[in-house]
Amino acid sequence: MSDALRISGAGRLSQAKSARFTFDGQSYAGIEGDTLASALLANGVHLVGRSFKYHRPRGILSAGAEEPNALVQIVRDDARKTPNVRATVQELYDGLAANSQNRWPSLSFDVGAVNDLASPLFSAGFYYKTFMWPKAAWKSLYEPKIREAAGLGVSPDKPDLDHYSSRYAHCDVLVLGGGAAGIVAALAAAETGVRVILADEQASFGGSLRFESGAKIDGQDGFAWAQVAIAKLSAMDNVRVLPRTTAFGYYAQNFIGLVERVSDHLKAPGHDLPRERLWQVRAKRVVLASGAIERHMVFANNDRPGVMLAGAARTFLNHYGVAVGRNVGVYTANDSAYAAAIDLKKAGVSVAAIVDLRDNPTGPVIDEARALGIEINFGRAVIRAGGKLRVSSMTVQPKNGGGERTIPVDAILMSAGWTPSVHLFSQSRGKVAFNDETKRFVPGTYAQDCVSVGACNGTDGLSASVDEAYAAGAKAAKDAGAKTTNGTKPKVDASESWSRGMLGAAPGAGPDTTVKAFVDFQNDVTAKDIRQAVHEGMRSIEHVKRFTTNGMATDQGKTSNMHGLAIAAETLGKPIPEVGLTTFRAPYTPVTFGAIVSHARGPLFDPTRKTAIHPWAEAQGAVFEDVGQWKRAWYFPKPGENMHAAVDRECVAVRNQAGLFDASTLGKIEVVGPDAAKFMELLYTNPWEKLEPGRCRYGIMLREDGFIYDDGVVGRLAPDRFHVTTTTGGAPRVMNHMEDYLQTEFPHLNVWLTSITEQWAVIAVQGPKSRDIIAPLVEGIDMSDEALPHMSVREGKICGVPTRLFRMSFTGERGFEVNVPADHGQAVWEALWAEGQKHGATAYGTEAMHVLRAEKGYIIVGQDTDGTVTPNDAGLDWAVGKKKTDFVGIRGLKRPDLVAKGRKQLVGLKTKDPKVVLEEGAQIVEDPKQAIPMKMIGHVTSSYWSQNCGRSIALALVAGGRDRMGDTLYVPMPDGVIEVEVTGMVFFDETGGRLNG
Amino acid sequence: MLLIRCPYCEEERPELEFRNAGEAHIARSANISGESDDDFEKFFFIRSNPKGIIYERWRHMHGCARFFNAVRDTVTDKFVMTYKAGEPKPSKLPKNSNEGVAK
Repeated sequence: MSDALRISGAGRLSQAKSARFTFDGQSYAGIEGDTLASALLANGVHLVGRSFKYHRPRGILSAGAEEPNALVQIVRDDARKTPNVRATVQELYDGLAANSQNRWPSLSFDVGAVNDLASPLFSAGFYYKTFMWPKAAWKSLYEPKIREAAGLGVSPDKPDLDHYSSRYAHCDVLVLGGGAAGIVAALAAAETGVRVILADEQASFGGSLRFESGAKIDGQDGFAWAQVAIAKLSAMDNVRVLPRTTAFGYYAQNFIGLVERVSDHLKAPGHDLPRERLWQVRAKRVVLASGAIERHMVFANNDRPGVMLAGAARTFLNHYGVAVGRNVGVYTANDSAYAAAIDLKKAGVSVAAIVDLRDNPTGPVIDEARALGIEINFGRAVIRAGGKLRVSSMTVQPKNGGGERTIPVDAILMSAGWTPSVHLFSQSRGKVAFNDETKRFVPGTYAQDCVSVGACNGTDGLSASVDEAYAAGAKAAKDAGAKTTNGTKPKVDASESWSRGMLGAAPGAGPDTTVKAFVDFQNDVTAKDIRQAVHEGMRSIEHVKRFTTNGMATDQGKTSNMHGLAIAAETLGKPIPEVGLTTFRAPYTPVTFGAIVSHARGPLFDPTRKTAIHPWAEAQGAVFEDVGQWKRAWYFPKPGENMHAAVDRECVAVRNQAGLFDASTLGKIEVVGPDAAKFMELLYTNPWEKLEPGRCRYGIMLREDGFIYDDGVVGRLAPDRFHVTTTTGGAPRVMNHMEDYLQTEFPHLNVWLTSITEQWAVIAVQGPKSRDIIAPLVEGIDMSDEALPHMSVREGKICGVPTRLFRMSFTGERGFEVNVPADHGQAVWEALWAEGQKHGATAYGTEAMHVLRAEKGYIIVGQDTDGTVTPNDAGLDWAVGKKKTDFVGIRGLKRPDLVAKGRKQLVGLKTKDPKVVLEEGAQIVEDPKQAIPMKMIGHVTSSYWSQNCGRSIALALVAGGRDRMGDTLYVPMPDGVIEVEVTGMVFFDETGGRLNG
Repeated sequence: MLLIRCPYCEEERPELEFRNAGEAHIARSANISGESDDDFEKFFFIRSNPKGIIYERWRHMHGCARFFNAVRDTVTDKFVMTYKAGEPKPSKLPKNSNEGVAK
């Protein structure tokens, strides 16, 4: 295409720095500093995409973040294919590759465009009405097909290679928006010395100064002044200036989320740069200077490529030096489009006509346009745009009807007025108020420490905005603690001023039902759709929004919401404020998952906890399982062994020789102090006062409601010192539970609680040979049964390092748990392992541990109990101190339901066929022949194959279970009913003799 | 994310450091085992759910680890004040400093 669209002398880009790029494979030339949109327009390309529903050809509407149409896919490589990038935001770099979206086989010939012809079928609410029947077809047929046909870009299908970063920041004054008002507010605040952050979504600061050729501040062109001011702010130590940074969310207590696009504009971003950076800013005061967004005119075919916002056309000319056409028409209901026509005319572009819906407006811009010889038509409407892949004409008619006249044009610049950007204000929970005179919603009641300035506050004109912003910036600084003010307010020498405009549909938007006059471009919502929603009974604007999807696309209705509201209000016959505005929600513009997730992915998603013995287990080829954040060795397969074979071997070895088990993940809490025993009495059901130092006891902890909360073996090391163990998963909540009672209910007790889980590595040595393995390595502890009986603890040394040696067993075999300082864990393990090899010991994992404990009927809290199980239910009544007058849960245990008959009780189950292993969680019934739904009387909590028993074993919670000993019950499964016999919970060594064997 | 003032640290810290611990000022009876079913029900199960001011327990979990009490407005989510565990329920609340900040 011809370079003639790049107007020499216009714009601010240096012609010297060219950049090549491709769009749909076609190569084009642009200039560094261009956006993809301005570069395409410079090449005469308006057609850039297909619409969401009707696949209509679409062009570039805007020059900023509000863009609904020009969404493209940016392809850097095989993994980096970012969809739905707004071409108006994407900065050009040499080698940029972009593709259009939602078209097949090509952008200019798209088969999906048949939807446009069939559009009477696809009006508002179409999906809800059409795909109701048959119900099952929605998921299998309709939804996949609709998703295929509709939609925007294609998600990348490979892991994201980029990295993202995240920062927290605090400041006194946060200024959001870097147009004239934002810059002035930042200057006023910064000059007092307080900490200021100024952020703007664009690459360069200046906001509407980019296109307002009539603005002069401090004797300079407005945009040039902005650059000087930004340079000054950037040089100040107390100011952080963030370009390319969008404030996307305003949360409680002035907590703002910003996302900074760090490297998407670079040709070859180094890997040391993150792609984006999330800023989480806490500000004492916030100044909102988010500007205003121009509205389009709602008329037939207003979506044809080449039909765009007047302010955008002006930006493309005055900032990028690009003419959006050679012969443009203008359709407006306010003054600002005149300025666009004037600038283009002066740049040598032919302006075919200005069509102004207003009857006889007056003003300097109108006079100037007339003086330049531009044809002006008052009281007329553009009733339709001609052309398909590019606008070719506009058809004009007096607004109350009459003769039509078609004017050939290659672009239409439109303006219905400007909507203050109250998004962030509204997110802050501020309430907007409707100004009836100017027909716009502006900030009303504030909910947080913030203030709006300039166009977003409904303030018209540069001079007034600068005054307001300067005062607000200085006041924000003062409110945040500033003592001084020593700045000078910038002086506005010349400015443009335009307000008003219109809301809703222009005459060219119907009521003819075949007309497509778009309100929401991105979701293909027309004026007719909104009227239809009201006619079909939608009264609330929230319902109208959802029924039509107006404002629900990725642009969140930045250009469409006010028009949609006005059309609904008109159809309802109600004033706009009575209909109300839909809620503004974060994010303001789409935010990548990468920015939100930042480094918290892969191994950094969640902390991984590994024991001191982990490297040894890994070297032995252990298979690990996740238990909370812990990695635990699950089983240790030998070559050729599957899990089943490995677990069988490990279980048999423990019972016949010995096994070593890494129990380091067990929660451990040290309870210390003169009142330690009293505290233990209150927190556990068991009696503790009389437990002798050196002895251990199995403790049960209840919640106040009487249900089991945790359990574990507790060793009394000294009169004032208990070594408490908890379940692996329960350690943090048990600590919290203990602290809660100690701090708030029993603060009179002199006790200290310390989590010692990670201080001690724990090596369980279990089995008949366990003492033989340990004894040679131990110093200072008498290992005889008399001196160290089952359930006792001694302090001494092993392998030369301190140990707390517990004689205890979770297998039913003679057993020890060797606690050593974690740093020595692996060395002591290796020494015990070497010793164990002399006795045929094996290493066993958590699966064998589970089987072995189930063979003995030892419960696991959280598996065999579920928060509704009392000690009695679990057969642990013996552990509840009957003479105690208080402990947490003592009253709960007496509740009528907890002492009622027929409660579910833990029992053992043996399948009639010993080879069948029940499924954990399977339901149990009395009579398998009863009608469905059957009455379920319990469920299987633990179930394993036990090689030691030569059969399957299971534990189950069964209603009235202990009265059913020997009864036959049934477990119905999809492939048949399993017969089971109710038994006691101990399947192996019922007399317990092996504990001392 | 809210800011919460820990009365022990005497600092405002982000919500992430804290954990809610249920309603405040519900005393556990010294003679709990002798309580009637009704009294135990009130103590253990019955909680207020006001629209407006609520008295809560919070723990500065990832800070000093202390439990303390807080007054919060359930409508605005704002913390009105915090005070130490064991201190009586405040008879007068400070005026919410953020209320009706006008532009």
